[in-house]
Amino acid sequence: MKHLALAALMAATASPALAQQDVKVIGVSIPAATHGWAGGMNYHAQEAIDRLESVYPELDFVLATASDPGKQVNDIEDMVATRGISALVVLPFESEPLTGPVASVADQGIWVTVVDRGLSQEGIEDLYVAGDNSGFGRVSGEYMAEALPDGGKIVALRGIPTTIDNERVAGFEEAIEGSGIEIVDMEHGNWNRDDSFTVMQDFLSKHSQIDAVWASDDDMAVGVLAAIEAAGRDDVRFVLGGAGMKEMIARTRDGDPMIPANVTYPPAMIGTAIELTAVGLTSSAPVSGTFTIGSVLVTQDNAEQFYFPDSPF
Amino acid sequence: MSVAADGKRAGTGLHLDLKVLGPILALLALVLTGAALNDNFLSYANVTNVLSRSAFIGIIAVGMTFVITAGGLDLSVGSMAAFIAALMILVMNALMQNVGSEVALVLLGMGAALGVGLLAGTLNGFLITTMRIEAFIVTLGTMGIFRSLVTWLADGGTLSLDFTLRTVLRPIYYGGVLGVSWPIVVFAVVALAGEVAMRRSAFGRHCAAIGSNDQVARYSAVNVGGVRMATYVLLGLLVGVATIMYVPRLGSASSSTGVLWELEAIAAVIIGGTMLKGGFGRVWGTVVGVLILSLIDNILNLTDGVSPYLNGAIQGVIIILAVILQRDRKAGT
Repeated sequence: MKHLALAALMAATASPALAQQDVKVIGVSIPAATHGWAGGMNYHAQEAIDRLESVYPELDFVLATASDPGKQVNDIEDMVATRGISALVVLPFESEPLTGPVASVADQGIWVTVVDRGLSQEGIEDLYVAGDNSGFGRVSGEYMAEALPDGGKIVALRGIPTTIDNERVAGFEEAIEGSGIEIVDMEHGNWNRDDSFTVMQDFLSKHSQIDAVWASDDDMAVGVLAAIEAAGRDDVRFVLGGAGMKEMIARTRDGDPMIPANVTYPPAMIGTAIELTAVGLTSSAPVSGTFTIGSVLVTQDNAEQFYFPDSPF
Repeated sequence: MSVAADGKRAGTGLHLDLKVLGPILALLALVLTGAALNDNFLSYANVTNVLSRSAFIGIIAVGMTFVITAGGLDLSVGSMAAFIAALMILVMNALMQNVGSEVALVLLGMGAALGVGLLAGTLNGFLITTMRIEAFIVTLGTMGIFRSLVTWLADGGTLSLDFTLRTVLRPIYYGGVLGVSWPIVVFAVVALAGEVAMRRSAFGRHCAAIGSNDQVARYSAVNVGGVRMATYVLLGLLVGVATIMYVPRLGSASSSTGVLWELEAIAAVIIGGTMLKGGFGRVWGTVVGVLILSLIDNILNLTDGVSPYLNGAIQGVIIILAVILQRDRKAGT
């Protein structure tokens, strides 16, 4: 975040001079780093901007991070009014409240790239770089079914109650259907270590036999693992997290039996979106449409290529 | 305010009994509900889990009781806990190479946590008493400051304690004496000391006097500024103590650490019968309030049949019920 303030300052002081040349500005509006995944996303956004600024001297970037949907709308309005952006890359905090404001940006002829969460109305954005939430759930479920061939009792931790979470859970439940795996309990751990620690402690008190845990997120997996360790229970064979936190990827790579796999939901997708937008603005290569970033199963064999030592996530 | 101030003396009549018994009845009802719904509820493991996790909010809430009794408020404690946790982790990671002895390193980490807590509390107290800014505004400001500093220190991610240190620290949360884990022991000691200080010491009576009417307290030669300052410093110190218990649990701190702890602590204080506008405080009530809040979560996790989407609503209803049980009839009519 230190870099963000600096970048904003530099951008602010540099803009009057650059405005005389034909510099196009790309506005990037993302949620603030309130949890691990968002922290990684902020890191990758900053990294993509730093890199692209040296690659394309004719492009300028404005990055704003918002802690709530209202602030994000203000950020976008400010970018349009004061910075004259030619393109907007937005990862909506929530779909509903951002749909109207982003639509009015698109109406002004500004290129709009939407990342991860889609808007509630179709056809507003020029480019949609989508995370695949039901795919995330499906890949997790398929792994679970494969790892527990004889079925078993599992508990699941859910994220913050949102559409994202619902899609993931629906994908997961569909994938384990008929596999003999029974989800004996499911509660919201809110993508939070402390909450998931508490929930898992209570699951362990409540159920005497748990074969595996679908933590569905690596932050939650950290809390789950601590709770299992503290309870000294050895019936839990493994914990399946998700999103690819570097510590967890490292444990998979090193063959930790409790963390045999991971399912990606890469925060670096913001970089893909910024990169494609820059290509669209500076070249004649067509980039409009939908670009879906699939969720990939990470196991010990391919973990190395998903390990980013410098990322905070 | 005056009603509450003489509440203890007027200890007759039914409604006063309810005021005392209200929180305890609510707690008993929850325990009975929990025991009826799940066989494991009263098991040693579950009781230890609930009490240990109550300790963070509990230790903070004891300090908060004094602040609120003296007519103040502190919204910054959750962010402060995250900030202290972050610094404690950074200090221990940084000194790991230089300090050979593990015990010395742990003590240094604890010292750092207490020191930062003390400073943070002093900052709040200074701005409120010396600069005469409204407590709500000061602590709202420091809440944002501490929270942002954590995000900045962690670069938007998570600060993790070095793995070798984790095994050294683990016993602070998971270990204990005679089967009682350390967080429970510390919580009990803090609560007992707080109860004695509130009831028996000049400091406790001064807090109540200031919260009841600070002008009268001033004319009665109470050092109003000094006592107010002391409540915030004490709270900062206790946040430090709570953080020492918290860090060993998961060995990490991020911007999501301690979110909404301030509201949980304030809710616990009020459920326990302390008046939000000051003038009357009850430390044992705060302890009961903390346990009520933890038990609601625990019972909801242990039972099926309630949609997890409604957890927040059930908590809200129980908090309001617990306060209705002990409301002041005079004020109500």
